[in-house]
Parts: sequence; structure tokens; C-alpha cells
Amino acid sequence: MLNPVSAPAPHAPLLSVQGLGVTYETGAQGFWGRPKSFDALQDISFDLKAGETLGLVGESGSGKTTTGRAVLRRIKTSAGKIVFKGNDITRTDGEALRKLRRNMQLVFQDPYSSLNPRMRVIDIVAEPLLVHGLIRHVDEARDRITELLRVVGLPADAHDRFPHAFSGGQRQRIGIARALALQPEFIVADEPVSALDVSVRAQVVNLMQDLQKELGLGYLFIAHDLSVVRHISHRVAILYAGRMVEIADRDDLYDHPIHPYTEALLSAVPVPDPRTQRQRKRIVYGGEVPDLVNPPPGCRFSTRCPLVTDQCRKDAPKLSERSPRHLVACWNR
Amino acid sequence: MAIPMPVTTPVATTRKATQRPSMMAKLDELGRELWQDKLGTLGFTVIVALVLMAIFAPLIAPYDPAAQSVMSRLKPPAWLPKGSWEHLFGTDHLGRDVLSRVIYGARASLIVGVLVVFFAGTFGVVLGLWSGFKGGRTDAIIMRIVDVQVAFPGLLLILLVISVIGPSMTTMVIVLAVTNWMVYARVVRGIVLSVRQTPYVEAAEMIGCKTSRVIFRHILPNLTSPLLTLGILEFTNIVLAEAALSFLGLGVQPPATSWGLDVANGRDYIFVAWWLITFPGLSIATTVLAVNLFASWVRVTTDPQEREKRFAYQRAKAAARSKRRQPTSAARSHGGRT
Amino acid sequence: MNISAMSNNEPLLEIDRLKVEFDTRRGLVQGLRGVSLSIGRGETLGVVGESGSGKSVTAQAVMGLIDMPGRIASGDIRWKGRSLLGAEGERYARDIRGKEVAMVFQDPMTSLNPVLRIGTQIGEVLERHLGMTRKQARTRSEELLAAVGISAPGRRLDQHPHEFSGGMRQRVMIAMAIACEPQLLIADEPTTALDVTIQAQILELLAELQQSLGLSIVLITHDLGVVAGLCHRVAVMYAGQIIETGLAEDVFERPAHPYTQGLLRSTPRLDEVSDRLISIDGTPPNLVTPPDGCSFQQRCPLSGEACKKAPQLAHIRPDAEAACWQPSTPAWATPLMSPSISH
Repeated sequence: MLNPVSAPAPHAPLLSVQGLGVTYETGAQGFWGRPKSFDALQDISFDLKAGETLGLVGESGSGKTTTGRAVLRRIKTSAGKIVFKGNDITRTDGEALRKLRRNMQLVFQDPYSSLNPRMRVIDIVAEPLLVHGLIRHVDEARDRITELLRVVGLPADAHDRFPHAFSGGQRQRIGIARALALQPEFIVADEPVSALDVSVRAQVVNLMQDLQKELGLGYLFIAHDLSVVRHISHRVAILYAGRMVEIADRDDLYDHPIHPYTEALLSAVPVPDPRTQRQRKRIVYGGEVPDLVNPPPGCRFSTRCPLVTDQCRKDAPKLSERSPRHLVACWNR
Repeated sequence: MAIPMPVTTPVATTRKATQRPSMMAKLDELGRELWQDKLGTLGFTVIVALVLMAIFAPLIAPYDPAAQSVMSRLKPPAWLPKGSWEHLFGTDHLGRDVLSRVIYGARASLIVGVLVVFFAGTFGVVLGLWSGFKGGRTDAIIMRIVDVQVAFPGLLLILLVISVIGPSMTTMVIVLAVTNWMVYARVVRGIVLSVRQTPYVEAAEMIGCKTSRVIFRHILPNLTSPLLTLGILEFTNIVLAEAALSFLGLGVQPPATSWGLDVANGRDYIFVAWWLITFPGLSIATTVLAVNLFASWVRVTTDPQEREKRFAYQRAKAAARSKRRQPTSAARSHGGRT
Repeated sequence: MNISAMSNNEPLLEIDRLKVEFDTRRGLVQGLRGVSLSIGRGETLGVVGESGSGKSVTAQAVMGLIDMPGRIASGDIRWKGRSLLGAEGERYARDIRGKEVAMVFQDPMTSLNPVLRIGTQIGEVLERHLGMTRKQARTRSEELLAAVGISAPGRRLDQHPHEFSGGMRQRVMIAMAIACEPQLLIADEPTTALDVTIQAQILELLAELQQSLGLSIVLITHDLGVVAGLCHRVAVMYAGQIIETGLAEDVFERPAHPYTQGLLRSTPRLDEVSDRLISIDGTPPNLVTPPDGCSFQQRCPLSGEACKKAPQLAHIRPDAEAACWQPSTPAWATPLMSPSISH
């Protein structure tokens, strides 16, 4: 398997995110009222190389989905820079943004609601080609679609069927085929297997890995399942309440977690082996993810952290490098 | 809690139902399902009969509805003493044949109903789409307009406009359309807001679809079934409104006919000749009832979960019936299915 | 932890060859196809399966929640030896459901009434089932919230469900379920909607309650990891049948059925790195027309002539059963690559 540590970087990263921030408005109070706002995401930075997978892990409210949508320029950013293949795309909009879609695509979580139930498979997969003017009629793309469907492991006669005739795993393959139609270099996969049945997840994970090897795709793999992330990622970032708390190469992060939150998260994941599971030391911290509208000052984990000091409550720690390529945001570790 | 729906489990894709059934097969299935629902079938039959009656009125009606005859004024229906088979439903104070007037009267109701539903629907759907899709200030303004107009008494507005412009069929259609579009805008906006959140609409935007394509290809098709039910129910409202306006003398003008107009004409003779208001009145009631019966079938049919439930109830009923008929084979009462 | 503490006395709940059918427009869906289970006192049983395997339908049948278009076609459910089906059974069932058997659902938001205070909702259970006065119910509710690890329970009683986070709501649901001191708690995917760290908290809570109250628990889940931590026994369901059952350690260490083997090897593990996952091709069968013979045969690498006849659950060890003609045969070799890609 590709080892990102020893692989020298021959050129600039495919995607570089620097200090990304997203501010959400909570809706205006009344017709003329001034909208309130809060920071859903603060100071997110990472690089992604072609052929590499960055796993983005966090619990609900951590901002992992927001990060994926912001990088794809689906939602407005309030701070920072997104550089894709050397071009700053932070302010790209209109027709240029539409063109950009050819290079970056999204695979959705829910294979049931992400396919239009009223469109045939061929219409779904060919739609990207159609709207970008690469073909004028769906029938022109028949051979190309057949090839795409074969690549994602769907039967050749899938063309004229509607999504309801397919199972969850097969629908997810249709979604992947749609994302691949424009031959993008970068794909955001937003929890692509969490809605699938256990026995089908492996099929999709394997498919995504094969596609990456063959096409050199860069993945931003968003998930809450740390086991799947460990399997597919080269590098892993942990988000908590809108901030990045730790980012490192995969084995480094799983074997030597530094941030107390990462530790707790890893210990909370159950292992399907009763003997191991019963012996594992579980670190269970009480409390809940803080309310983002009124976040605690300082470190956002300070309300649950056992190591908390006065400094944590006052000042937010910045990410700093503890060992090569291993960055942590914590005052006490 | 929700019904467990094992039907949503992945169904083997190879054996059957891999492709959408053809149009004919679908119609056939719908017809069968309608037949199972006796009230729905009744409603549908009456509607079809009414439509045919309106279209072929000149062929069915025994007389010209406007033809007066002083000789045969206020004749009672045929089955009463002094009634004659020449005028089945009797005649009115000008000697016009009530049956013929009822048959021709269907035209006014149906035409006004269909036209108003079409115009009000189109206008409301467009504004609802715009409002829901744009959101923000646009949405707020359109919805406030809707609120204001809903709050304003519709009948008052209609009276005002008609007394200024003067009554006619066209005026009535326009006025009714202008006062009945709000419900469509509200419903459509609500659906657009929820459909916009669905991942496949986001997917369409992600792959680079332009706004118009997103709206017409991905959002609009979701509106068909709720709009169908709404349109059918609104139709009954319009039929009643048409009757009311004609009754007030602000709708259909003589010599044209309308059920509402006839009820108004017969009002003065209510104690002498009850049939003058009874038959047009019954026609209005029958139409409204039939449309409502049919609409309630449509509503259930377009809701997948309700549709499954109805299916199961009907099966259970059929099973119980066959059990009663042959108590010996009760154990395998379910064997007859395919 | 002493996990082999299994009492030999009569089982609490017995499910006997239960069949549940759903009459749909697409045909008769056989939701459960002869499921037999039994749960003893103080025991934790994990029921594992994918969506559509029938694991939730089993729980719903016990709780009397099978509604149109579904119905129980045959079989029996017995609580302490007495049937819960039929006219007399229904009456008996009304007495024990919610009282001796309680259930916790996946989504706590839909099971709580959003307009009523938490205290009112717990109090209602206590007043109805145990005939407490309002004052007694309030005191008891406070104790219950404290028992499920909610701090400041007195203040929390006066709050509405939306003021609780997902994990807290699930704690409230558990508090309501244990309000009448049930002997059996059925938990249907209790942690699926929750985050990992919150899931760990809830599982910890269930384990504690089981110890302190001597509860029996049926834990229904698709997550093998959740079962591994909490359950004494495991039943694996596939296509409306139980295909393997045994002690948790045994099933995880020596899975006998090819499906169980595949499930365990296709799930990535936190503590292991592998290059490639085993993948079980295909999808579960259509339950309108389930295949003759073994329901896993289309996806099974071992399937042969024998599998055209349906295998029954049979003992493979004293404490373990599997429904397979070749149990305990390693079924999955090293995986192959997907079809190659020329783009």
C-alpha cells in the first residue's frame, strides 16, 4: 500500500486548505431583524495529494460535513483560502464555479435519497456530461456509461432501470459512477458507507480503493466510523466542535494519539471481539459537545477534558507539530 | 410509530419488476385498485358521467334549455300527478325544461372549475416555486402577500370587482382565479423547501446543473401528486363558488344556464314548485360529493405508506370473506394469491 | 467480569417458530420465517443482522407492535411460560408489556412527546402502571433520572425534550423503560443515532443497570462491536431467520456460518490494518419469493447441491447452533481485485 510518509512530494498538493472558517447565520429575528451568527468552523488547514486519502473524523456538530461542503465551494467561507491545483478557488463563482465542478465531485451518504427516483440510471450518470455540454444527447454517451457502470461493478443492463430497482450498495455504486463521469481528480466522500448494510460496506470501500489506485484520485473521506477511516485513509484529521484538534499520518494517529479527545474517541470505538473488547481500557468522558452558538472561551474540549487548566479555559490552543507531520492543538500534551 | 416496512429491503433485482412497468400495465393496475375502492369508483363514475353529459349536452338534452313555453309553465316532474313524460323533471316558471337546464348547467360548472383551477394553479405554482427557491426576502414578501390576501374576505373582493367590471363568465373565471391561487403557492413553497434539502437536488447542483434544470428536472416532478389531490379538491370549491356567484346574479348571465342561476330563479317558487331548486341543487351536491370521494382515493393512492395499508386491509377483508364462505379451507385462506 | 453467569431456571421469554408476514402490493413479504429464541434471567442476548433481516420485527412482535400490513402468521411468544398471542394471551400481554418487558427505541426524539415536560412523561408511566400519586411519581422520577446518570435531575424534570441532547434523551428513554422495574429490556439499535463517545456512555449505562437491577437485555443491533462488549449470547439473523447462535466469545472467535464469518471479516477493525476487506458479493434475497433451500446460497462461496435443501439450526457444539450444511468450514479466501479499469 502507498506509504505517504516516504513518498516524496514531486509537485504541489492537489488541494491545500489554509485557515478555513465558516460562519453560519441562525436566521433573522423577524422580518427586519439582524441575523445572529456563529462559527461553525474555525482555522481548518490541511493538504491533500493526488492519490491520497485524508480521513476527516468527528462527531455530530464537529463540522466535518461543513468542511467537505466548504472545500467544494457549496457553502460560503468566512476566512481562509482554498487552493486547488495551484489556483485559489476561494472566491470563484458563477460559470467558473460550475466549470470547477468537473474537477471536484461529491459522493453522498444516503444512497436512497441522493438519486432522483424519477430518472433512469443512464440519465443520472450521463447528466454531468450533459450539463457540461460534453454530449448533446444521453444516447451519445451510451458506450461511455456502459464502461462506467462496468468499472463500478454494475450489470450492463442497468441503463434503463430506475434507482428503486437497486439495493443500497448498488445505488451507492450509481452515485460513484455519477461522480466519476466527469473524470474528476478530487472527490469528497461524505460518509459514503454509513448508510449501507454491514455486509455491503466492504464492497464499496474496496471499490473506492481500487478506483483511487487506478485513477489517482484524491479523497476527502468524511466519516464518524474510525474503523473504516483507519482502513481507507493515509492521513487522518480529528475535528471537535468546529476546530481541528489533531492531524497525523494514519498509523501514527491510531497508535500514538496525543490529544485527550482523540484518545477518548479511539477508546470508545467497540472492537468486534469480546475478549479484546472486555479488556480494553475505555476512556469515557462525561458531558456533551458544546453548543456552537455559545461556545466556551478557550479550548472547546475544556468542558469535558480531564486535564483542563485555567489556561485551557481562557486561550484556544493552536495546532503545533509534535513529531514530523503530527500536529496537535492542546496545552497539556 | 412507523409501520415496519420490510418492503424497503433490497429486493432482488434480477427476477422481476426490474424495469418500470409500461404505461398500460400501470393504468391497468390503477384501474384494479380503484375498483377495489367502491366509493372511489362511484365518485370516478359520476365524474366521468358529468363530463360526458357536459360535452354531449346538445345530443342528450331533450329541449333547448332556453326555449320558453308559456303553455307548459311550472309542470311537475313526470312521476307526480299532472306531470308528463315530455318533461321528466318538470318545467320552470317560463316553461323551460328543467332536465335540459340541468344537463346544460353542468357545462358552466365544469368549465369554470377547470379554468379557474388551471389559472389559479399555474399562477400559484409559479409564485410558490419562485418563493421557495429564492428564499430570503423574496420569500418573505410573497408569503406576506399570500397572508394578506388570505386574510381579506374573498367574496367581498369578488363583489367589488364584478360590480365595477360587470358580470360575465370571463370576469368570473378571472376573479375566482385571482382569489384562489394562494393555497397552491403555500403548498408548493412548502414542498420546494423540503425537496431543496434532499440530497439528489444537492447532487444536481454539485454536478453543475443550472438553476432552471434543477427546478424543472429535479424539483417540479415532486409536485405532481400533491398538486393533483389539491387541484381536485379545489375544483369542488370553485364549483360551489361558481354556483354562489351565479345565485347572486354575478356569474353566469341568462340566457346561459348554470346550476347556481337556476337555484336562484327557483327561489321564489320554492313552495309552489320544489323541483326548480331541487334538481340543480342536487346536481351541485352530487358533483362535489363525487369529486371528494375520488379525491380521497387519489390521496391514499399517491401516499405509498397509506397505499400499502389500504392494500393490506382489503386483503384481510377478502380473506375473512372467503373464510366465512368455506370454513373448511380457513387454514389456507391465503393460498389464492400469486 | 463474570459473564458466564447463566441461570438454569426456566427462561423468561421464549419465541417459538415465529412467522410474521407483511401483505404488500408486491406480494406477501415473509418478514420472519420461523424464529425461535429464548432469554433467561439476567442474560444479555445480542441479535445481530442487517436491515430487513427481521431483527426489529422480532422485537416488535414481542411488544405487540406488529401493525397493518403485518401480522403474526404462526408460532408463539411465551412470557414465563404463558402465551402472549390469542385472545387470552392479549389480555396477559397488556399486563406485562411496558411493565415487565420494556423497550428502548433507536430514535429517542420520535418516542418522546415534544410538548410535555420530561417529568410529566416519566410520571405518567409511574402513575398508570404503578398507581403512584403525583408526588410519589415525582420523587421516583428524580431517582430514575439520577440512576441513568443525569445530573441535576430535579431541574431536568421540568425541561422539555428539545432541551436535551441525543444522548441525554436516550438516557431519559432508558429511565422510562426501567421505571416499572422490568425484568426484560429490549433495546432496538439504542445507540445507532448517537456519536461514538455517547454510544460508549449508553452501553456503559446498560451494563451497569443489568448488574444492579438483574435485568435481562435483548440488544438488537447491526454493529458487531456493540454486541462484543455487552452480550453473553449472540443470535445472528439473515433473511428472516436465525442462522447462528452461541456464546459471544465462541461466535466471534469461531464463527461457524459462512455469513457470520464474512460479516466479521468484512468489517474493518480499529485494532488491525489490512490491505483489503473481504466483501460478500450480492444482496440479501427478496423475501417475497425467498429462495428454496438456504437463504444465503447465492452469496455463499461454499454453496453446493446440498444447499438447495434448507438447513435447520443444529448443534455444532454444546452451546452453539448454526444453520449450515458445512458449518465451521473457512469460507472466505483472500479477496480478488474488482474488474480492472480503463478510463
